[in-house]
Amino acid sequence: MNLQTADIILKITTMLYFTSMAGYLLFLFKQKSIYQRTAFYLITTAVAFHLVSMIIYTMSTRSVPIQNLSQSLSVAAFFLGSMFLFFQYRFDLKILGVFASVLLFVIMLAVLIIPDAPVENNAILKGFWFYAHIILVFTGEAALALACGAGILYLLQEKGIKTKSPGFFFKRLPSLDLLDNVGYTCLATGFALLTIGLVTGFIYAKTIWGRFWSWDTKEVFSVGSWLVYAALLHLRLYSGWRGRKSAIMTIIGFLIIIFVFLGVNMLLGGHHQDFTK
Amino acid sequence: MAKIILIGANHKTAPVALREKLSFSSEETIAALEILKQDKDIKESLIFSTCNRTEILYIPEKGDQVDKIIEFISRQKKIDISEFKSSLYVYKEDEAILHLFKVASSLDSMVVGEPQILGQVKQAYRVAVSNNASGVLLNRMMHKTFNIAKKVRKETGIGDNAVSISYAATELANKIFSDLSQKSVMLLGAGEMAELAVEHLISNNVRQIIVANRTFKKAVDLAGKFNGKAVKFEEREDTLQDVDIIISSTGATDYVLTETQVKKAMKKRHHNTLFFIDIAVPRDIDPKINNISNAYVYDIDDLKNIVESNIEQRGKETVKAERYIEEAVVKFRKWLESLAIVPTIKALNEKMSSIVDIECKKTLSNLKHLSQEDINAIKRMTQAIATRTIHDPILFLRNTGDHRDDSLYLNVTRQLFNIDKSEKE
Repeated sequence: MNLQTADIILKITTMLYFTSMAGYLLFLFKQKSIYQRTAFYLITTAVAFHLVSMIIYTMSTRSVPIQNLSQSLSVAAFFLGSMFLFFQYRFDLKILGVFASVLLFVIMLAVLIIPDAPVENNAILKGFWFYAHIILVFTGEAALALACGAGILYLLQEKGIKTKSPGFFFKRLPSLDLLDNVGYTCLATGFALLTIGLVTGFIYAKTIWGRFWSWDTKEVFSVGSWLVYAALLHLRLYSGWRGRKSAIMTIIGFLIIIFVFLGVNMLLGGHHQDFTK
Repeated sequence: MAKIILIGANHKTAPVALREKLSFSSEETIAALEILKQDKDIKESLIFSTCNRTEILYIPEKGDQVDKIIEFISRQKKIDISEFKSSLYVYKEDEAILHLFKVASSLDSMVVGEPQILGQVKQAYRVAVSNNASGVLLNRMMHKTFNIAKKVRKETGIGDNAVSISYAATELANKIFSDLSQKSVMLLGAGEMAELAVEHLISNNVRQIIVANRTFKKAVDLAGKFNGKAVKFEEREDTLQDVDIIISSTGATDYVLTETQVKKAMKKRHHNTLFFIDIAVPRDIDPKINNISNAYVYDIDDLKNIVESNIEQRGKETVKAERYIEEAVVKFRKWLESLAIVPTIKALNEKMSSIVDIECKKTLSNLKHLSQEDINAIKRMTQAIATRTIHDPILFLRNTGDHRDDSLYLNVTRQLFNIDKSEKE
């Protein structure tokens, strides 16, 4: 077991993600359930392979694969895939696979293209709080990505119904109620995970640097995006911000997350920088 | 070769009054099939009767027997021939097959694509089979009919689109709400239109139906019909809190629900979705309500537009369906033609010869010491065995007797010798 094996398995995983997207797109246009089933099995297999690849990497280098941008994106893809499987199991919202598989395609394409920056073993990227922080933040963000997907689907369906011109998506998408409900569940799950993820991050910071908060740019922006989601949930629960407004907010929220994930490190620096170099 | 003939009248050729007179109830169908079965001139028969059509499909022994069947209808239904003859269509051979395939695939229905027709055709077939009225030809033809009807339903979008207002409204409701059985409906106005509109929703089992009407007594009557609840017309604004779908059909000249009223109600119901179906002319529901978030207003014109675009879509799918059906007719025609005596005997001979050839080759290739003469003798002998074996069956097929059904024996022969295997799916 070595790095090469991990890399080969990761390449296979990427191919599986790509073919699964093809399956989901076929399903979108042709509406034959055989395409959806095949694509779903492909994505399930891809996630399993992805996990194996990560385990092999971790065992051979004695460190988790999130030490450069390519690796971080790959891990993000893995958690997105897992989260998708979970929500698919929970809601059976087949069409969400179109969104998830396209997003996975984009991420994995980036992983392929972005050069694998050399990794030096960093002693501080270890320990319970570190792993908890990473897993929680990544799963939380994956759930929020799916909430964004459900939001996009909601807007597509809502537009057709509101303007009285049911078109391409009318038959292909489920009811507004269901889409709103899925979006909300993804949002609430993602928010909860993100909250604990941030807290574990603070604790981890305390154990390493001796303080909870150090005005790192990423810290600031993360808490900023957390506040956006908190506001959205509050508005939804207490001011009836459901449906369209809520869908738009989840999409904006996810755009902020993408910015926090990529933009902050690249443009503004900070101690999270290593993950995306 | 046997002929296939179909005589009938449908919603395109006969008005409803005449269709009623021509229709066969299930008892009448059984009685009629019994009479046709006794008739020496009719080999097989099947009667198919719904509110939109009455059709008799049969295989005559000789001639086409059209006049006889028309007389038969006249006698059975006690109706003068002159009254209905002009409304009848008579299809023979391929046309009859094509027509039956179209009927079962719902291309000939009043509402193209409606799904009940296949079940009705199947029922007619069951009746014919259980009364021994149908035979090998019609049975095969009916099975092909079911196959093609299923294929059309599966491969084309012909059954996908809502082509009635009530159905279109229900479809919309299903795309707005995930579970209609958890949703309540308020009817504004207790007219017949309202009743028609909820018909489909009720078959979806909504949670509750509330009726509001200016004449309270009428509201109570209608509510009683649906096991619902009646409220005063003035209570309609407060009731908005408890319902999800509003169907309005009052004769009011002004809007009975305004934007401000709905905005207020929206707050109270925590912005849960409201769906307004306005089938009144002039309109009852202020169209501006559609601008409120999570409120959707469809008036009668909106629904009509959807229905029309669906009908257009259905037209496109019909072309595709017709192609499938024509292919199926050609296939069935091929089978029918093979069911004649000469092709069957030919196929039988070919099958035997090919068996002889294969076996000779196998055996002789291991017997290198034989002279050419020996080989020829063995070949002659094996061929003779094969020919003698099928000699008697062929004689029998050439003359099955006066009152026997040739197609039955031909079919059995083809099955026994597995001649049709290329055709089997």
